[in-house]
Order: sequence, then C-alpha cells, then structure tokens
Amino acid sequence: MINEHLPALQVVVPLLAAPICFLILNNRLSWLFASLVSWLCFAMAILLVMEVKDGAVLHYEFGGWAPPWGIEYSVDVLNAYVLLIVSGIAAVVFPYSWTSIQKEIPESHHRIYFTAMMLCLAGLLGMTITGDAFNLFVLLEISSLSSYTLISLGRDRRALTASFQYLIMGTIGATFILIGVGLLYALTGTLNMADLASKIPALEGSRTLQAAFAFLVVGFGLKLAMFPLHLWLPNAYAFAPSAVSAFIGSTATKVAIYALLRFLYTVFGADFSFNFMQVQWLLMPLAVASILFASMVAMFQDGIKRLLAYSSVAQIGYMLLGISLVNITGLTGTLLHLFNHALMKGGLFLTLGAIAYRVGDTRVKSIAGLGQAMPFTMGAFVVGALSLIGVPLTVGFISKWYLILATLEKGYWPLTVLIIISSLMAVVYTWRIIETAYFQERPANAPEVKEAPLSLLIPAWTLIAANLYFGINSRLSTDLATGAAKMLFGGSLL
Amino acid sequence: MSAINLLIDIVLLTMLVFTTIAIVRSRSLFAIVMLSGIYSLLSANIFVVLDAVDVAFTEAAVGAGISTVLMLATIGITGYEQKKRRSISRITPLIVVFITGAVLVYGTLDMPAFTNPSNPVHEHVAPRFIEQSPTEVGIPNMVTSVLASYRGYDTMGEVIVVFAALIGVLSLLGIREKKTDPVYTEPPPRPILQVMAKFMIPFIILFALYVQFHGDFGPGGGFQAGVIFSVAIILYTLTFSQQDAMDLVPPWVLKRLAALGVLIYGGTGVVSLLKGGNFLDYNVLAHDPIHGQHYGILIIEFGVGLTVACVMILIFFAFISRGDKNP
Repeated sequence: MINEHLPALQVVVPLLAAPICFLILNNRLSWLFASLVSWLCFAMAILLVMEVKDGAVLHYEFGGWAPPWGIEYSVDVLNAYVLLIVSGIAAVVFPYSWTSIQKEIPESHHRIYFTAMMLCLAGLLGMTITGDAFNLFVLLEISSLSSYTLISLGRDRRALTASFQYLIMGTIGATFILIGVGLLYALTGTLNMADLASKIPALEGSRTLQAAFAFLVVGFGLKLAMFPLHLWLPNAYAFAPSAVSAFIGSTATKVAIYALLRFLYTVFGADFSFNFMQVQWLLMPLAVASILFASMVAMFQDGIKRLLAYSSVAQIGYMLLGISLVNITGLTGTLLHLFNHALMKGGLFLTLGAIAYRVGDTRVKSIAGLGQAMPFTMGAFVVGALSLIGVPLTVGFISKWYLILATLEKGYWPLTVLIIISSLMAVVYTWRIIETAYFQERPANAPEVKEAPLSLLIPAWTLIAANLYFGINSRLSTDLATGAAKMLFGGSLL
Repeated sequence: MSAINLLIDIVLLTMLVFTTIAIVRSRSLFAIVMLSGIYSLLSANIFVVLDAVDVAFTEAAVGAGISTVLMLATIGITGYEQKKRRSISRITPLIVVFITGAVLVYGTLDMPAFTNPSNPVHEHVAPRFIEQSPTEVGIPNMVTSVLASYRGYDTMGEVIVVFAALIGVLSLLGIREKKTDPVYTEPPPRPILQVMAKFMIPFIILFALYVQFHGDFGPGGGFQAGVIFSVAIILYTLTFSQQDAMDLVPPWVLKRLAALGVLIYGGTGVVSLLKGGNFLDYNVLAHDPIHGQHYGILIIEFGVGLTVACVMILIFFAFISRGDKNP
C-alpha cells in the first residue's frame, strides 16, 4: 500500500514535517526530527529510482481526481534522478546543520531554521515530481519563500540585502513563470503537463504560445541564475549560513534547470523548442559568456564563499551549454553535471562551514596555514577543488568528458577549447586557496585553531568521498543520466 | 459581453493605469500604500465584471484590506517619505519593461478572446466542473469544488505558502512583547473609538464565520474568512493597545494554531490515505462519497481559516511591535 502512495509521500512527508518542526519546542529534538525526515525522503527517493530506472512511469492522482481535472504527480527516470540529488544532499546537510548553526544562528532562531529548511526541501522535491504546471508554481513559491528566509539568517547584516535582492529577482522570475503558465492555460484550457504536451504541437504558429515560451524561459532563467540574470546569486550564497549555502547552492538551481528541461522537452516538445523557437542559439552565447565571465570574476574574489558562488554561475553555464548542443551526449553531460556539481559544491560548502566554525570567517587570507592546523578539513577541500577542476577519477571529469564529447560530435571545436580554458581558470582560482592554506604560515598573532569536530567532518567527507566514488564508478549516475536524456529525446511524453 | 460591461471595463482599466502612474511617480509612502489599496479595489471590481466573485472577494479582503493595513504598519517603522537617493540609470529598467510589455502585447494579439464560448478554456476541463461537480462533489459553489477538492492539493500548497511567509517574518522581525519593555507606557484611552470598535468587532467576527461556513454555497471560504477574522483583532489592537490584544490572543498560542491549521489540512489527506484512498480523496472519509466530500471540504476550509487568521494577526503584531510609536 505504501509503495503505491510513494510519489505523494515523497513531498507530503516533508511538507507536513515543517509545521511539526515548528511545534517541537526543544531545538535538539526539532533537529533530530528534521534529520530523520530528511533520511526518510532520501530512502523514498531511492525506492522511486529503483521503480522507474527501467523506463516505467508512476502516476499519482491527488484527491482521486483523474488528470487533467485533478493534480497529477508523474515520476519518470528524469524526476527520480533529480529527487535523488535533492534528497541526498538534504540527508547530509540536515544532520550537519546542528553543529554548524550553533555558531552562526542565534539559538532563538534554530527552530525557524529547521522549519524553513524543511519547507525548502519539500518545495524543491515537489517542483521536481509534479506533473502539473500550476502545482509547480505553488511549490516554487514554497521553496523560494523559505530560501529567502534561510539566506536572511546569515550572520553578516549584508545577508539581509542579499536576501532582499534575491526576493525581488526571484519574485520577478516566479511572476514570469506564472504569466507563461497562464498563457498556456488560455490557449489549451489545461494545466496538466502531459495534456499540454498533447495539445501544443497543433498550435505551433500561435503567437501566444511563443510569448508563453519566452516568459517561461526567462522566468526559469532568473531562478537558475542564467547569465546575465545571475546577479542575485553571488551575494545570496556568500552571506547565507554555511549549511544553507551548501543546501541551496547544490539543489535550488538544479531544480530550476530540471524545470526548464521539463518545459523545453516534455511540455513544448524538442521540435518546438529547438527547431521552431531555436532556443539553443539564445542559450549557447549566454552559456559561453557565463562560463568565461564568472570564472574570470572568481579569480579575483577575497571571500571563498563568493568565489565558489561565481564558480557556480560558471558551472550553470556548463549545464546550459550541454542543453544548447541539442544532442543526447550534451544533454547527458548536463544531467550528469546536475548530479556531479551538487556533490562537489555541496562538499566544498560543507568544508567551508567547518572552517567558518573554527576560524570564524572564510576569507582567503584567513585560512593561511590551515593545511597543518586542520588537515582533514583542508584535505576535503583539496579533493573537492580537484573535482571542480575536472581531474580524472573525480566526478568533475565525468561530466566535462561528456560535454567535450558532445561538442566534438557537433564539430564545435571552439567550445571544446572553451571548456579546457575554463578548467584552467578553475585551476587558477582554486590554487590560490590551496596555496594560502598549505604554503603560507599562520600569522603569529592568530589564535590557535583545532581540527573541526567530527559532526562537521563526517558529512563533509561523505559528499567528498562521493565525488571520488562516482568519479571512479560512475555507472549509477551515467546510466540514469543517459536514460533520462534518451527519454527526453525519445519523444515519449511523460 | 454587453456594451455596459465593456464600458465599465474600459473605465476601470483606465483608472488602473492612472493609479499605477501615480504610484510610480509619488514619493510619499503613505500615498503609495493608499493608492495600492485603491489599485486592488479596482482589480476586485474588474473581477466582479468578469463574474469571478470569489476572486474579487479575495482581492478585496487581502489586497485592498489586510495588505494595506500591513503596509501602513510597515511605514510606521520606516517613515512616511521615500529617501532621496542617488540618481540611478533609468535606461536599463525602461528597456526591460518595454520589452516585457511588447512581448505581452505581441503574445496576446491572437489569444483566444475570453468572450468566445468555443475557447479551449471553456471546452476542455471546465465542462466537467460545471456539469459533474454538483453530483461528484455535491456543493453549489463550483469554485469551492475546484479549489478545495479537484485542486485541493494546490490549495494546501497555498496555505503552506502563507505559513512560510509567517516563518520568514518571525525570523526577520520576531514579536516583541512590550510587557518586558521598561520604556513602554500605556496609550491614552480613546473612548469614542473604543466604544465603536467594541460595537463593531462582534459583527466582524460573525461575518467571518458566515464567510467561512457559507463558502460551499456562495463566494467565500477559509482564506477570506481568516483575513476578516484577523481584521477584528487588528481593529481591537488599534483602538485599545498592543498589550491588550496580546493578552487577549497571546502570540505563542497563535503560533501553535497557525501550524495546527496546516496540520489539519494535511491530516485530512493523511486520514484519507489511511482509509484506503489517495491523498486528499474525501470520498473515503464517510460511507457516502458526497458526505465524505462535504466533511473533507468543511475540515480543510477550517484549517485554511485557522492558519490564515493566525498568520495575519502574527504578522501584524510583528510589524507594530517594531514601531516606536504605539498605535
């Protein structure tokens, strides 16, 4: 019986766990409960992946009303894969949170933190799993509102302006998405994605359809920080509490990319998106610009979190580049990079949280000499940085390999060169950090620093180890990503 | 569409445009808040002309009513005038706005006209809502049928959005109880206002209850009722004092009730799961599916009303407890 309700429980459990987190008056119990729920979500995502990995599609009708009258969840290999990423990161970050927030968030706000994290998780999972265009908007609102709250909890007062900036940009993005969905409804009379997909091919010449497409692409572009709509991202990631940067930095933009893919391929159909609207010629230059520009800016940052945030903008560029190549290898590269980038950025931000816990801040100059003082933390950082660069045996290599293959397949060799150049730029910006940590002495007047506690090191190393494991044995991620890419191109609509 | 409707639409939309221009040009925050209230009221009128009375009711209660009050509480903290700011370039925003507007105009030129009965909107999902909902869901107001049953999961999401907003406000502002504040002084009594408020509050609450429980039959439901109920408490706060109101409805109780409202809604779904149906399938709640639908809608609307009322009061408390002037 449980199995048949699994798609609903995947979202309903964290959704209802949020008010319960708020009602539990003891902070520690609230944390234990939240961690337990995050593991439960991860377990459910694993079960869902196992059910759909061979191409099956699960449907769930809310309220027992058949679509298009009611709201439907539909799980195929693509959503299950993204659910796995989001809930997996949550299952690591939630247990990590307790120690990390002790020094970053006042005790009176701990319950609010866990409630908001739970809402954010539920919203992101819901956006991923839903088969209804309006339901996606509702869950987008839940995840957005809670992420504005989470970012504003940062210690630095600039977290408030960062959060406000994100709120304004995010709201414009959400409004654009709503306008897009509204126009689609006016044209077709339906909100169900599969139903929309069956009606859209007949409407190809419609201007309303083109406007809906434009609004949705720009709306999701804002949410996923597509260049030049990325301006909210660096501040948001830099000033949020460490655990929040790790969670939002490795999941929120991924889910937005997933949603964009879902609309481009499933709702509008690859034929309309790429042959009629030619969206790849919009995405490709923007992807190139964001890879070059963000990598360049990252080289000159003093704060490591901000540096990693700019690097995220560049990584999003890779994902968009993979989409813009419009071939199965490129799309597989994009999907692999969703998974792999979540692992590397999640791991790196968790490591930074451990540094912030001991040192107090994460500027490049503050970590001088930490290579000796915090060997395990800095070791994790080095492995994460290697993965970010794309060194073989790490996950970063796998996704870049697929992207390079895809560019060669298309014969776009300048893009191949671009990927290699930007990897070298990643060497430059990560090397600055590693050099400071290992080859500079700790200033004489700096206080003594100990290795980070195990409650931070274990979660951080879990993600870092995953970088190595899936870099060596990448079968799970590549099978799922290839399966999803083939499904999107296969024309099988949900 | 009759000619008179067209005329009303043109007049209302023109007023909407002028209100927007006035909002953009004004520097007085007080005037902007008032004009925003007017904007919402005009929109509510347009919804009435479009025969969307439930939407109009919500827009009037939320947009023109409670948002205006909350914005006034906000400028109680920030001051009434917009600060002079460095002159920033207006070119980029203007280009963005122009392009967005151009795309909207381009996109809506061949949009199906909403008066055409053979529109996709009228021919696809709507006929079943109109023809079947009286027998499937069994309540006369089909808007409530769609919101609470066919698309009940979205409505649960909206309640959680309201709850998420509360979490945001509590994390940013918190609620200061003045009792512990040494510089706090009791406000002077305002007998005329207080007597009038005492006279009005019972009727406001009664109206809120009517809107709550009559939502199955006419326009209304939990969202509007929750807002109206909160207005009663807000009126009490404004005419008496913040401390009196917090003694009457203590914030810690409201916080629990706000979370409880969400759980009542979600719990209904969980019960229908346990009884062998899908999540939020009210049919299985009672022996007769129609009765089940009735019970389900009644319970979830109560959850909605509870959460919305508590959240609105709490957000209002959070704003005014930050202001240095006692209302």
